[in-house]
Amino acid sequence: MELDKKLLKKVIELSKRVTEKKGRKIYLMEVCGTHTTAISKSGLRSLISDTIELRSGPGCPVCVTDQSHVDKIIALARQHPVVIATFGDMVRVPGTHSSLERERARGAQVEIFYSPHEAILFAKKNPRKEIVFLGIGFETTAPAIAMSIADAHNQGIKNYSVVALHKSVPPVMRALLDDEDLHVDGFMLPGHVCTITGRKIFDFISSEYSIPAVIAGFETTDILQAIYLLLEQFFSGRVQTINAYTRLVHEEGNGKAKKIINEFFETVDTAWRGFGFIPDSGFCLKPDYAYYNAEKRFSVEVGESSMPEGCSCGDVLRGKMKPFHCPLFGKTCTPANPVGPCMVSSEGACAAYYNYSDW
Amino acid sequence: MNSKETGDVILLAHGDGGLLTHQLIEKYFLPQFKNRFLETLTDSATFPSKSGKMAITTDSFVVDPIFFPGGDIGKLAVCGTVNDLAVSGAKPLYLTASFIIEEGFPLSDLKKIVISMAKTCREINLPIIAGDTKVVGKGQADKIYITTTGVGYILDEARLGYNRIKPGDSVIVNGTIGNHGLSILVERESFRFDTAIISDCAPLNGIIQKLLKRFEGIKFMRDLTRGGLATNAKEIAVAAGFDIWLDETDIPIKKEVKGITEMLGLDPLYLANEGTFLTVVSNKDAEGVIQLLKKHPLGKDSAIIGRVSKGKGDGDVFLKTQLGGSRRLSMLTGAPLPRIC
Repeated sequence: MELDKKLLKKVIELSKRVTEKKGRKIYLMEVCGTHTTAISKSGLRSLISDTIELRSGPGCPVCVTDQSHVDKIIALARQHPVVIATFGDMVRVPGTHSSLERERARGAQVEIFYSPHEAILFAKKNPRKEIVFLGIGFETTAPAIAMSIADAHNQGIKNYSVVALHKSVPPVMRALLDDEDLHVDGFMLPGHVCTITGRKIFDFISSEYSIPAVIAGFETTDILQAIYLLLEQFFSGRVQTINAYTRLVHEEGNGKAKKIINEFFETVDTAWRGFGFIPDSGFCLKPDYAYYNAEKRFSVEVGESSMPEGCSCGDVLRGKMKPFHCPLFGKTCTPANPVGPCMVSSEGACAAYYNYSDW
Repeated sequence: MNSKETGDVILLAHGDGGLLTHQLIEKYFLPQFKNRFLETLTDSATFPSKSGKMAITTDSFVVDPIFFPGGDIGKLAVCGTVNDLAVSGAKPLYLTASFIIEEGFPLSDLKKIVISMAKTCREINLPIIAGDTKVVGKGQADKIYITTTGVGYILDEARLGYNRIKPGDSVIVNGTIGNHGLSILVERESFRFDTAIISDCAPLNGIIQKLLKRFEGIKFMRDLTRGGLATNAKEIAVAAGFDIWLDETDIPIKKEVKGITEMLGLDPLYLANEGTFLTVVSNKDAEGVIQLLKKHPLGKDSAIIGRVSKGKGDGDVFLKTQLGGSRRLSMLTGAPLPRIC
């Protein structure tokens, strides 16, 4: 902790020099929801707010799931006698007309699992039930979903399928960088995602767009160090994508994990909340494994999707709005009664700001 | 169905008030709970009372799983009610226990639970003087639910109330936080970790009685069950009308709890405890309270974790983070872990 305090002092000193040089505040984006939460929890945001503004990005998997996909999942729970198997965060995300939580109260079966492996064990134990796992996440959890399909395939488990909604982070970074209205001086990149993808794939941020980026871990020390390394680049003039999470992240990432992703998934254009369609940003099951594709196995009827009036989750995810600038924040939208997904998920920016009173 | 099978599990007939009900009472409950009040097996237990103020509390226990490291639903049903009495400044005198059991529940598990309840009661010399058993059909309840009601008398020395809390008072906990909630989660999800997370489930009446008899500066107490330290501190702050400042560095949390909660994205400040209480103590008695607590097995990790301050009257709770920042704590919203007690 003493080290953190010393590091904090150094960050503040350096940030003052950078703001003097630039003549304005520095805007940094933490792309990952886990970073947002860790930052809020540590109280760091307010400690550096004189010189640095930290903005949250599209790094919460539940939050970036498009409303039309949320509605599809809810319709599936309502229209088919399946067991929806999901990570906990998804249960309370409001769709256009309902949520899994409400469907569960009405009799739908929704089970919370911490990993797809558990869902496979559940499917084995309950051969008469149809288990549908909600595959929501980034490169970090995609390999586990792929493994579960491999398990189902190899063990002849027929009553297991997946709604494949996994997304890829590099394409959304490009979408952010192509947004002319976005003013960000540097990016803190998601450590967990990079353990799979590796550092190199993010090189384009600095090489093509000349914006510094640092891959960061999740301890306060990691985050402070990443901010320091970003600030240093404003001085040195050498813009790079630096790996500061070397204890887990390698240049090319995790070969085995990437291989299994490629074996089971192909990339497709997919919709992100707040962004619309982003080319090649979604992981869809390959035709060889179509049997495990829940969307193919169960057809659903879904009405038109819409967001509740005033919900600014899209703007929050694109780094355009701080959570507390949303007119609903803390008023009609609270963790107890969430209007948008960013207030639901434990990685959601609105929930982090609200729960840790970071405003 | 042969006799061995009928002997293994609870049948609907065990709850119909007939022969099997009687056998259940004679064979499972009475030998463990035996005391002069219960033995009469009349419709209600009669008992002598004390003059002065009495306290009564009731609580239902539906924890899932029913057996967890550090306890089980039986021990929890005794401790939960005893602790509610204890933090109210009451000495527990009598307990009642009511069981709702699912058809097909193994009798061997019932026996384990009853033995565990009886053991906890014996340790604190508390008789279970009345009880009831109902059986519901398969699927109409999940295994077993227990409701306990506790009666006690308020100790002469206990003068506890929100109105005694004043700025400058110290906030103390008797031990590490988050253990119960996390142990239930880890057990339920069958995570395989190297270290077992053990619930803190324990009766607090003994240690609390000692404190109350010795220190008049003990102004308020609360057991930190559902909602954890943060939610309960917030409730106290709002009711007292003062702010509470907690210091993250001083809050005792086991290393393994810290590690696993970080991994799972949980906040130990919001996890339930079943043998941990918070007390607000006048500054002059704070060190003495800690000294006494440290000598007791249930207080060895005790610590002064914060202070009451005047504030604006809204009753805010602030956490001074290890980094030196501060954040406001609010009540737990939603239920990340249902059926923890």
